[in-house]
Amino acid sequence: MTLSVNDVKRIAELAYIEINDQEAEETLEQLSGIFNLIESMQAVDTETVEPMSHAQNVFQRLREDEITETDQHQLYQSIAPQVEADLYLVPQVIE
Amino acid sequence: MFNDSLKQLANQLTAKKISSTELTTEFLQRIKQLNSEYNAFITINEEMSLAQARIADKMIAAGEAGPLTGIPIAQKDIFCARGWLTTCGSKMLANFVSPYDAGVVERFNQAGAVNIGKTNMDEFAMGSSNETSYFGPVKNPWDPAAVPGGSSGGAACAVAARLAPAATGTDTGGSIRQPAALCGISGIKPTYGLVSRYGMIAFASSLDQGGPMAKSAEDLALLLNVMTGFDARDSTSLQREAEDYSRDLQKPLSGLRIGLPKEYFAAGMSGDVASAVDNALNEYRKLGAQTVEISLPNAPLAIPVYYVLAPAEASSNLSRFDGVRYGYRAESYSDLADMYRKSRAQGFGAEVKRRILIGTYVLSHGYYDAYYIKAQKLRRLIAQDFTEAYKQCDIIMGPTTPTVAFNLGEKSGDPIQMYLSDIYTSAANLTGMPAMSIPIGFGDRNRPIGLHIIGNYFKEAHLLNAAHQYQLVTDWHLKSPF
Repeated sequence: MTLSVNDVKRIAELAYIEINDQEAEETLEQLSGIFNLIESMQAVDTETVEPMSHAQNVFQRLREDEITETDQHQLYQSIAPQVEADLYLVPQVIE
Repeated sequence: MFNDSLKQLANQLTAKKISSTELTTEFLQRIKQLNSEYNAFITINEEMSLAQARIADKMIAAGEAGPLTGIPIAQKDIFCARGWLTTCGSKMLANFVSPYDAGVVERFNQAGAVNIGKTNMDEFAMGSSNETSYFGPVKNPWDPAAVPGGSSGGAACAVAARLAPAATGTDTGGSIRQPAALCGISGIKPTYGLVSRYGMIAFASSLDQGGPMAKSAEDLALLLNVMTGFDARDSTSLQREAEDYSRDLQKPLSGLRIGLPKEYFAAGMSGDVASAVDNALNEYRKLGAQTVEISLPNAPLAIPVYYVLAPAEASSNLSRFDGVRYGYRAESYSDLADMYRKSRAQGFGAEVKRRILIGTYVLSHGYYDAYYIKAQKLRRLIAQDFTEAYKQCDIIMGPTTPTVAFNLGEKSGDPIQMYLSDIYTSAANLTGMPAMSIPIGFGDRNRPIGLHIIGNYFKEAHLLNAAHQYQLVTDWHLKSPF
């Protein structure tokens, strides 16, 4: 598998991480090395193996639909970058 | 006092030879004296620690003391603690004062333990040397030129330098065991699901597990008794009967079958580590254990599988850091998407970004089956190897790390060399099985060496028993750097 600089830029776009040309070049080199390491996985035949997503056979617990949290919005918003009138502020999205 | 076991400290507290306030003050003094050199703590908060110590003193006076009441415990800065700066070693959370307590922190508070400070760590627990921390590297107390290991490097340093009697850590690929080995202390990663992940800042959710770090196996057992237990707020927390992890400490080891995976004793381990492990195994034989060679044929795949699954989960978990509700926000940006991109580019360090990019790629359209599903299939094969091996042995032993601690800066420019530090440890995270490291001597440049002890699911008491019996006949765990 060969990565290109454009692949790196596309991944960074998907991950919402700004990256400049020089960083993309450096990242390409490092990611290529890491993917070479990862590539050794392909040597093993896993055709009949079930994927293991978790360390334990856990199942989703269900609970009654009851209110368990108290209103703490002021506490939670006290650590937000920008708040106004109890709302989190972000740059305008809709004209 | 700084070298005392948790039991010795508890005895002095209940006998009123010392108060928790005095004990806490002594440790805070020592931290103030030594932290500028070792950088083990990101935050200390004298006022909050002493307030907890006063509560503990009241509990002791009222005869309500438990085994950890009044004892200072250092909390890894990945555990949210109400009112405490909780940074996870990142610029992203450099000003995050947690509005709530993690499940683990709650349990220690209920036990009357004192939070003595928040320890340094690799950024978002991604690293094996503590060099990715936004707050600077931690130094190994045995040799300040060496790394302490990571990601729980501050915790390991704090215990080794006797800045705290015990500490919490988290382990996603070896982050408790590897620094424990490199700093000459004891640490255990319990079975996945035993310790609550609520309020433990997520890296790779199916691998992350909290656990204790301390001087001895006996101390670890007392800490596990407090740390483990069901928490409904963690969807993968296991509902089980409470266990006393100290119950089997005194059992003799005669008849114990120790499996030695031939893959872990192959080339790659340095000579000093190999001979320390040999000596430790000889002690075990003297204690009545027998060793059997076993094979974990898929063990060499643990690192590649880990570096698909952990970044995949990380890229998803770390998408929450967007500069909106908490954490770092870039100063200038043109629109919402630009704010996300700049906040994340400036708030995350290089290693964290690297792993988010790997994870994003392996989960992206067209590559999901080739990488993510493939890795999950291999994860099952790795787990099956262990299950098969336990038919021939009770526990598995080997080196925790291939070499003693490397120098600061030695591997920080080469991610792959850094990743290979966890070559023996990451399988226990993929399988979810408990594993621990205990000190067994010193190697090159007089740096510590650890023995890795792995067991089947829920065999913590058995691992601690094996570790304790070794610590009864050796004194490596009692050595301190100064």
